[in-house]
Amino acid sequence: MKESAGMGRGFARRLLRNRLAAAGGAVILFFFLVSALPGLFSSHEPNRIDIVNILRPPSAAHPLGTDDLGRDVLARVVHGARVSLKVGFVAVGIATVLGLLVGLLSGFYGGWVDAVLMRFVDMMLCFPTFFLILSVIAFLEPSIWNIMAVIGLTGWMGVARLVRAETLSLKERDFVAAARAQGAGDARIILRHVLPNTLAPILVAATLGVAGAILTESALSFLGIGVQPPTPSWGNILTAGKDNIEYAWWLSLFPGLAILVTVLGYNLLGEGIRDAADPRLKGR
Amino acid sequence: MTGGIYRPETDGALLAMVNVYKTFPVRKSFFSGEDLRVRAVDGVSLTVPPGKTLGLVGESGCGKTTLARIAIRLLAPDSGSIRFDGNDITRMEGEVLRVTRRQMQIVFQDPYSSLNPRMKVRDIVGEGWLVHGLARGKELRERAERLLVRVGMPAEAGGKYPHEFSGGQRQRIGIARAIALSPKLVVADEPVSALDVSVQAQILNLLKDLQEEYGMAYLFVSHDLRVIRHVSDAVAVMYLGKVMETGPVEDLFREPLHPYTRSLLSAVPMLGDAPSERIVLSGEIPSPIAPPPGCRFHTRCFMAKKECAEVCPLLREVASGRFAACHFL
Repeated sequence: MKESAGMGRGFARRLLRNRLAAAGGAVILFFFLVSALPGLFSSHEPNRIDIVNILRPPSAAHPLGTDDLGRDVLARVVHGARVSLKVGFVAVGIATVLGLLVGLLSGFYGGWVDAVLMRFVDMMLCFPTFFLILSVIAFLEPSIWNIMAVIGLTGWMGVARLVRAETLSLKERDFVAAARAQGAGDARIILRHVLPNTLAPILVAATLGVAGAILTESALSFLGIGVQPPTPSWGNILTAGKDNIEYAWWLSLFPGLAILVTVLGYNLLGEGIRDAADPRLKGR
Repeated sequence: MTGGIYRPETDGALLAMVNVYKTFPVRKSFFSGEDLRVRAVDGVSLTVPPGKTLGLVGESGCGKTTLARIAIRLLAPDSGSIRFDGNDITRMEGEVLRVTRRQMQIVFQDPYSSLNPRMKVRDIVGEGWLVHGLARGKELRERAERLLVRVGMPAEAGGKYPHEFSGGQRQRIGIARAIALSPKLVVADEPVSALDVSVQAQILNLLKDLQEEYGMAYLFVSHDLRVIRHVSDAVAVMYLGKVMETGPVEDLFREPLHPYTRSLLSAVPMLGDAPSERIVLSGEIPSPIAPPPGCRFHTRCFMAKKECAEVCPLLREVASGRFAACHFL
């Protein structure tokens, strides 16, 4: 039964039994810890320049080597984790709230509300997102807050479509008719009866969305219009790595690995949540 | 006395539906571009007296459920009128309708789809109280517990979620929700069809007991003639969106008049006290998108003559208190 396969104890058990999802979750937890307590993982200052020790390969003093200004790469990667997480969560938070709002209104009211909102979604989807972000950032200060806002504002359409589809089917369910017969108004039906039942697919979309947002932020920072140096972010450490890739491989490899592992972690967890919430979708 | 056309007695009736029509759009015709519409309810009149049960019986797809939902205005009819407790509710909207709905509730067929999986049982049962400002918090919890006990559930059920219960128990929860606001009318839309036979009897008896206790009227929809006979005071037999026959339950089962009713009853073993031969209908039920002209039933009727395909028979009184829509009665 779909209902009983909801978010109860069975859900947690199924999720943890999925080894890949559990591994993804562990990676995410690890990076949470890194962001919360960077001092635990690196004793160096991420922005302390050390002209004598530039581009040193990994050693005991600098486990991941140093960059072209002699800064400790481990310290920079560790402090960059916070940027990535922040961008990932805030951007996806914005996208999810917007997507929920549009999807619920569109699916529940149908008719011209639906037509207008969905055409707007189609319009937004026509823009190549990355170039849209590039041009918007070109007009704004390149700051982490602007990046989060722009990624969020260009990433809500998928959630909106998902929520709309769920709402369309949920509003025909008998328990919605029952709520109407009890005298519940639209607001109550949307908030108490429709919204809570859309949360499982939303959680999946949000988890996968965090991975996408982290990638986008890295790409923007890599191009120099994201997080501005000297604040470390995985993307802008890579930029420094690109200039020295012929003789300092460690400068590109480690931030790249951090991005890879984190994004993979979110994707695995997201797919695990999807399979655990609805076993029928398994293997798709 | 006999011979008159059926006119629902609107005086004194709790629910009176007169000439109700409802169609649903299906798709546009590929050739003409015209909308194809399913004629779900095609001119139905019926009444439910206070505290009594009207059984609505018919095959799948004959419009029973649509009619039931129109009766409590979960759907609006295309035309016709609905009077409930002396008020015309046909076009009622907004706040007035919301308040009127306290008096009419529904029990659904599917005990899985009818309970919100994300709400605790006491919140499901007490939603009406909350919405109408009758109880909240601790009071709601206690009242919900008492009500759950009344429908045969343990009091602790209130704190659990629907998926922790079986189909029969979920149906009890659905019944508790329906009677929470002390309605005058409960529409029971195939309330036992999804349940095991042993559980069916328990639920039917519960519904009967509650009716005696609270004096509610039921519009009881079912395709199961035995269930209908067990619970109803009067019966209306539907076929393709129209009422074929209606009358008191004992008369109708003892001596079915309309050929469709006769064939239906003959299909149920040990029912219909007058021993009769099994009438086997040939063919399928016609499409409600393009129902046959004349009598809806003539394509399968063993009594059909030429005029049946041309003139649609009206529901008329053919014996005292008994109405049927057939040219030959």
